[in-house]
Amino acid sequence: MQVASIHFKRNATAKLNDENLQQALARLQTRFVGGRAAVIGEIAELEETRTAAAAIRDRVLQNLDQWLSHFEQQATARGATVHWAESGADVNRIVAEIAVRHDVRKAAKSKSMVSEECGLNEALEAQGIEVIETDLGEYILQLAHEAPSHIVAPVVHKNREEISDLFAEKHRLPRKTGISELCREAREILRPQFLAADMGISGANFLIAETGSALIVTNEGNGRLVTTLPRVHVAITGIEKVVPTLEDVSTLLRLLPRSATGQSITNYVSILTGNKGAADHDGPEHFHIILVDNGRSSLLGGEMQPMLRCIRCGACMNHCPVYQNIGGHAYGWVYPGPMGSILTPTFVGLENAPDLPNASTLCGACAAVCPVKIPLPDLLRQLREKQMALGMKPWPERAALKLWSWLALHPAAYALTTKIAVRALFLAGGTEGLLHRLPGASGWTDGRDFPAPQGKTFRERYNRAFRENRHGEKRA
Amino acid sequence: MSARDRILGRISRALQHSQPAAIEAHLAAHPRGPLPPRPHDLIARFKERALLLSSDILHADSLAQVPAVLAAYLRERGLPAQGVCWPAFARLEWSSAGLQIQARPAHGQDLVGITGAFCAIAETGTLMTLSGAETQASASLLPETHFAIVQTARIVATMEDSWDLLRKEQQRLPRAINFISGPSRTADIEQTVTLGAHGPYRVVVVLLSS
Ligand code: SF4
Repeated sequence: MQVASIHFKRNATAKLNDENLQQALARLQTRFVGGRAAVIGEIAELEETRTAAAAIRDRVLQNLDQWLSHFEQQATARGATVHWAESGADVNRIVAEIAVRHDVRKAAKSKSMVSEECGLNEALEAQGIEVIETDLGEYILQLAHEAPSHIVAPVVHKNREEISDLFAEKHRLPRKTGISELCREAREILRPQFLAADMGISGANFLIAETGSALIVTNEGNGRLVTTLPRVHVAITGIEKVVPTLEDVSTLLRLLPRSATGQSITNYVSILTGNKGAADHDGPEHFHIILVDNGRSSLLGGEMQPMLRCIRCGACMNHCPVYQNIGGHAYGWVYPGPMGSILTPTFVGLENAPDLPNASTLCGACAAVCPVKIPLPDLLRQLREKQMALGMKPWPERAALKLWSWLALHPAAYALTTKIAVRALFLAGGTEGLLHRLPGASGWTDGRDFPAPQGKTFRERYNRAFRENRHGEKRA
Repeated sequence: MSARDRILGRISRALQHSQPAAIEAHLAAHPRGPLPPRPHDLIARFKERALLLSSDILHADSLAQVPAVLAAYLRERGLPAQGVCWPAFARLEWSSAGLQIQARPAHGQDLVGITGAFCAIAETGTLMTLSGAETQASASLLPETHFAIVQTARIVATMEDSWDLLRKEQQRLPRAINFISGPSRTADIEQTVTLGAHGPYRVVVVLLSS
């Protein structure tokens, strides 16, 4: 996928004025934030479970090379073929080679965010291979030629009316408006595609080192279909997705669906190991697993390493006041919200996504809900510091911060400056007590008024109160 | 140098250490994480959770009763009486109950699928099925109605308990383990949950008291 994060500010402004999107985001917030709140308490020892989940992910990252080798050994022993991809281009080439080797014309795909990183669909189509997205949301996006705007609910930005119009136009069937009718129409259009596909392409939520298995969770059942019916199954996932044992994955599964969609468990959890046996009626004859680096290894051993714990639940974006107002597209790449504001600059370069580390109020909601306790605000702050150190901030911002740090170190100068400033702003606020414009901060005042200060600084008022108080005590 | 060597090389340079012993010990011990309190009544807990997932629950005292119980369920809802089942249930008296059930893997057009389950999990109301020559995955996936016959003695508390059972009874993992938690669903359109996406519209658990 093309990186468009450089246009963050412009895109965010447009999204704020998009009425349909604002309604959709309000809906997402009710369902996902409310949904998580309703079921997360079912976990009796929630904090212990989150700590255990973070520890499981850290255990893997600390010896990632060993765990990957063990996984590869186990998977290969069961007949799977393990491939390694350094970049998105590698992934596209490997999948195309597998397709050619097994004479594949048609591929059915369940949701895979890693394949979005690579632009896999376009690459396969260029090779003459038909690719059909089967996750309902991804299928809608494929029909509309759009990118996902959320990692769990990819089509959250579209409403029912838009989907009705799209289906009527593309399916050439009478327009339906009920949600369950639309779902049935998609099911009936897609069922023959599953049955005809030569290759199934999926992601993997986890890889289990103990057994050499890929684990996939889906609600729709499309993950099961693409890994059961076609002759060939290709699972594409990041190198950091390894988990040691079946017990470890069980702990993570208590948190993943509850944090993601507010479900106690996802409808289907499938653990896939090796090829179909000689006597089996279903399952793929060839199982390929592609382990993708694409920038991940560069996070290891550095301050961004905790980000690799991420299990892609989406809770951080659902709870983020910035995401809640602008949606996913404004972030300009595959991963939006707080996790995306860290992954995008680290994967594609800070210079290509300079606004993302700043697209956060650092309110801490993301870290409070993250099931694997990633300190997202700390990581964002570190990226900001790095931008400062590299001189990537515009000069007025750098100058302002320099000035502020000098003032903060010189209390007398600070007191004098603020004394003058609050008085000036008080006068400028007039009888209304509001400032419609602030020099140098038009980005802020374009969208809202600034309440004028009341004419005295906090320190002045505090000192006066303190003096009066002491006076009173003496008299008493 | 291959991509594999380059990736693993980058990782080990970044981590600057390598401890095969640490991973072996963890694999051998495969410790459990924090667990929910064990319910007093596994069957009651399973039923409660399965209903929350929009599964239906039926009861039968013996396998012989199953065809009549299923037939009544289908008749009440005006659902078709034809379908497929796992070979283990081929000999049940389907036709005397008015059903036409064939013991074969499901096709795209089959509307009823009848399977067993390896076990069931009380914590979440989940069925666990293992794929195999006699336990085809398609029967629980393609039809619009899925019946799963489960012995109440095979209800365990947690997913962790199901691993213990699996390690005890199977030499190795089957090609596919499917945990099934109610009918397939999607909430992709306006985050409104709709039952029956690509898999079954109905999941019916037939509890067999043993
Ligand atoms: S950073 Fe945490 S909350 Fe966000 S998607 Fe990853 S695991 Fe979920």
